[in-house]
Amino acid sequence: MIAATVGGPEWFALKHDAEEFLYMEADLLDQRRFREWLDLLADDLVYFMPVRRNVKFGQHDEKENTRQGEGISWFDEDKWTLGKRVEQILTGVHYAEEPLSRVTHMVSNVRLLQVTPSPTDPAEIVVGSRFLVYQNRVEYETNMFVGRRTDTLRRHGESWLIARREMILEQNVLLAKNLSILF
Amino acid sequence: MATILPIGHMIDTGRGTIGRELFVAPEIYRQELEKLFTRTWLFVGHESQIPQPGDFFVSRMGEESVILCRDPQGSVHVFLNSCRHRGMKVCRYESGNTSLFVCPYHSWSYTTDGRLQGVPLYRALYEGQLNRGEWSLIETPKLHIYKGTVWASWDPAAPDFMTYLGDAVDHLDQVLDCRDGRPGGSEVIGIHKWILPTNWKFAAENFLGDTYHNPSHRSVDMIGIGPSARAGQTGRRDNEYNAGQHIWVSFPQGHGVHSVWMPEAFDYQPSYQQYPAVDEYFRHCFHERQKRLGDKARIMPFTGNLFPNTSYHGRQPRGLCVWHPHSPTETEAWRFFLVDADAPAEVKDVLRRFYMRYSGPAGMTEQDDMENWLYATKSSTGTIARRYPFNYQQSIGAFRHNDPVPGDVSVQITEQNARNYYDTYARYLQGDGWDSLLGIGPSVRRAAE
Ligand code: FES
Ligand SMILES: [Fe+2]
Repeated sequence: MIAATVGGPEWFALKHDAEEFLYMEADLLDQRRFREWLDLLADDLVYFMPVRRNVKFGQHDEKENTRQGEGISWFDEDKWTLGKRVEQILTGVHYAEEPLSRVTHMVSNVRLLQVTPSPTDPAEIVVGSRFLVYQNRVEYETNMFVGRRTDTLRRHGESWLIARREMILEQNVLLAKNLSILF
Repeated sequence: MATILPIGHMIDTGRGTIGRELFVAPEIYRQELEKLFTRTWLFVGHESQIPQPGDFFVSRMGEESVILCRDPQGSVHVFLNSCRHRGMKVCRYESGNTSLFVCPYHSWSYTTDGRLQGVPLYRALYEGQLNRGEWSLIETPKLHIYKGTVWASWDPAAPDFMTYLGDAVDHLDQVLDCRDGRPGGSEVIGIHKWILPTNWKFAAENFLGDTYHNPSHRSVDMIGIGPSARAGQTGRRDNEYNAGQHIWVSFPQGHGVHSVWMPEAFDYQPSYQQYPAVDEYFRHCFHERQKRLGDKARIMPFTGNLFPNTSYHGRQPRGLCVWHPHSPTETEAWRFFLVDADAPAEVKDVLRRFYMRYSGPAGMTEQDDMENWLYATKSSTGTIARRYPFNYQQSIGAFRHNDPVPGDVSVQITEQNARNYYDTYARYLQGDGWDSLLGIGPSVRRAAE
């Protein structure tokens, strides 16, 4: 495993490849092609969004975010539950998403954080990004979810599978009534 | 006392109608804050959140921020989170450990038993004027800890908590006691806080015993998200209570619950079927509970609401939820998720995962509730809408007293719990005395004495 440093055509090609993947993935969600989106998830996926807390200066590393694998977070899930979320939307009677929300995922600040084992043979990469997700539903209900994402992507033929997605939503008390959309 | 809107006309439980003003009118909301939230017992937190001296957890009572903390002697206090000097919030962390709450504004500081300790430049500016002893943090006059849960009231004349809770205690116990029937022993494993654009009573009423809203959860029931879903079972939880009689019970203090009364002999229903070790654990707990509780083991919990705004889920999932009012049309929900503190790690892990996919804003079940509460509130704000009351006529009169458990018991889906809730609510808004608020009529009281 090497920490990804800027340089060389392979590195740029890999970064471009990762960006294209994230944009394509976001587009599948925005086009409501949920089942195709599920195909991009590795079977051992970890999908995690912590609750962020107001803590004293100096305690941020230790206490600011809830931790994956313990206690209660917004999401601490696997591929099975995400499959259930998609199934639920597709019943047509999941009223929190019926009628369907209008959603746009903006993904930016994409950076390669880690490449394993090397940019010429990348079996697994860690990609950092920012998200701004706009949700509008029914008539007047609008939410903006803004935060940071760290994704572990695993090489899968010509494309990638998402093996781990960590989403840091920049809120404490959730200001939306629901997290009924996928991030 | 001038009543701005006549409560009596808006609440007609004999006919089964409740005015929409209760859910949207700022005048009513004001009265709730002044006459109801200043008097009732309110849930503020759990001892497992403040185990050590100096530990604190910032909570809410009604619209206001309060600090729940444990002083160096180990006593638990609840203080208004507002400095006595100019009102600055003295604590803006959610939890932690401290010996002092230092106000960020002019640096007055308070000890964890509430006393004003530090006043900058005291000698030069305040000597002979300011008596520190009179300017402690404002403390709730009433506090009670029941099986780990901490409750407080702002009314010095409030009855003790157990009287306030009344016979609802047998149902709350099913939430707070260990799964094997030992008293207490729960811990909070995490909290969700979120804002929902609804009147707080929609949420409270939902848990009070509105089983009629089951169809709104059709999507999760179709796909199956319960603890045995991976083993192919549909529904949103296990069918633990197949053999039982559903009961909806209301209490004179305004509480209401939906529980199940199991037959004299009943057996464990396999649950958590994709997790053999967890199934085994609950099987063991089931038999232990039967041995320990005897006849009381026949009560199994679904949901309930303790007057006015603390709701619970008893088992699958398990937790307390407080609906904090923000405005007539906005509520801040806080859910405290519970497990047995001494449950095996594997059991806790399965439970927390199930809780997260069921409850809260990301919960596949509860999302549909939130959608309903939001749009029910919004579409009741209109001038024309407000002329037409809500219908509460479901199962009027269909209940019996103290059979098989204390309280008014219905064995069919009913809005009796809600009618009883709003009768109690009206008594608060009319400014009644505590006998009336507890549902003790003067004649009943005299007979008892
Ligand atoms: S407001 Fe707290 S010290 Fe002045
Ligand atoms: Fe519900």
